[in-house]
Amino acid sequence: MSDAPSPAADSTDSNAADAERKRVVTASLTLGGAVGITALSFGLAAVSAGANVWQACALSFFTFTGASQFSAMSVVGAGGSVGAAFGGAALLAVRNFVYGLALAGRLTNDERGRKLPLLHRLVAAQFVIDETTAMSTAQPQPRLARTAFWVTALSLFVTWNLGTLIGALAGSLLDTRALGFDAAFPAAFAAMLPPHLRTRRGRLAAITGAIVMVALTPFVPIGIPILVAVVGVLFGVRP
Amino acid sequence: MSNGQLWLLIIVLSVTAYALKVLGFVVVGSRTPPPLIERCLALIPASLLAALVAKDTFTSAQDFVVDARAAGLVVALIAVWRRAPFIVVVVAAMVATALVRRFA
Repeated sequence: MSDAPSPAADSTDSNAADAERKRVVTASLTLGGAVGITALSFGLAAVSAGANVWQACALSFFTFTGASQFSAMSVVGAGGSVGAAFGGAALLAVRNFVYGLALAGRLTNDERGRKLPLLHRLVAAQFVIDETTAMSTAQPQPRLARTAFWVTALSLFVTWNLGTLIGALAGSLLDTRALGFDAAFPAAFAAMLPPHLRTRRGRLAAITGAIVMVALTPFVPIGIPILVAVVGVLFGVRP
Repeated sequence: MSNGQLWLLIIVLSVTAYALKVLGFVVVGSRTPPPLIERCLALIPASLLAALVAKDTFTSAQDFVVDARAAGLVVALIAVWRRAPFIVVVVAAMVATALVRRFA
């Protein structure tokens, strides 16, 4: 009896795997909920910067990468040009390229190591953002990495778009300036900063970015200082 | 910016953001870039987010200004430092800014 393969052991294994899977799903759904609340503030901020409800929603649906959306609306609110608003937002979106590299090895093959269909990969690409990368790369097994990616992606896509709609609708009904909605921008950017300040390099880049911004503002067109502020990345040149 | 220009921005930005996602995830795949490039790319958010904090607190169009938003930023930084959730940081900053505007 003791030599026979034990069904009990098998079920313990699969119970453990189920529990692990459940934990990943719960964490991913929770993150989705939290991000929905961030989306409320994006909706409010976008409307206070001069976008209409449709435009705020289109940004969240198609651009679907928070920092770039906030950045574009911030320059629009200040009265910058299309090119200036685009430039800063596009630079922030370069992050998503780097995330794509990190996720490709984990997500582009199926269980047997075969490459997933191109269409599948092209759809998944839209969801390559901060949160899905963080949740997915935190999982040790490929199966859980895929689960974490897709549960986070779908829950976040729903809450991000719903939150934006509600925020934008609320914002379009209220006196955004009297209620201090313009302060949502710097506060949101400040809240996104801490993970990038863990290294000395990151802190130097941040200080440089802020100084360049304030120093150049009076002398160059609106939105251009943001593009020049990216010189802070040169602190990465030395190994 | 006109309504049409704003739509143009949304379209161009959406196409670019998706192209960057596809470029990393589908086209280049799991190859790692040279270390120098990787180190510099990793610093983009630190530089730009800090610049955006400065811009949205201390500038108005092309002027340097210190107004009610500065109070909002101080409250936001305290909230971030206390590891408050995102929404608490944002709402606290909005409330502080609104109060200073109302009463100062």
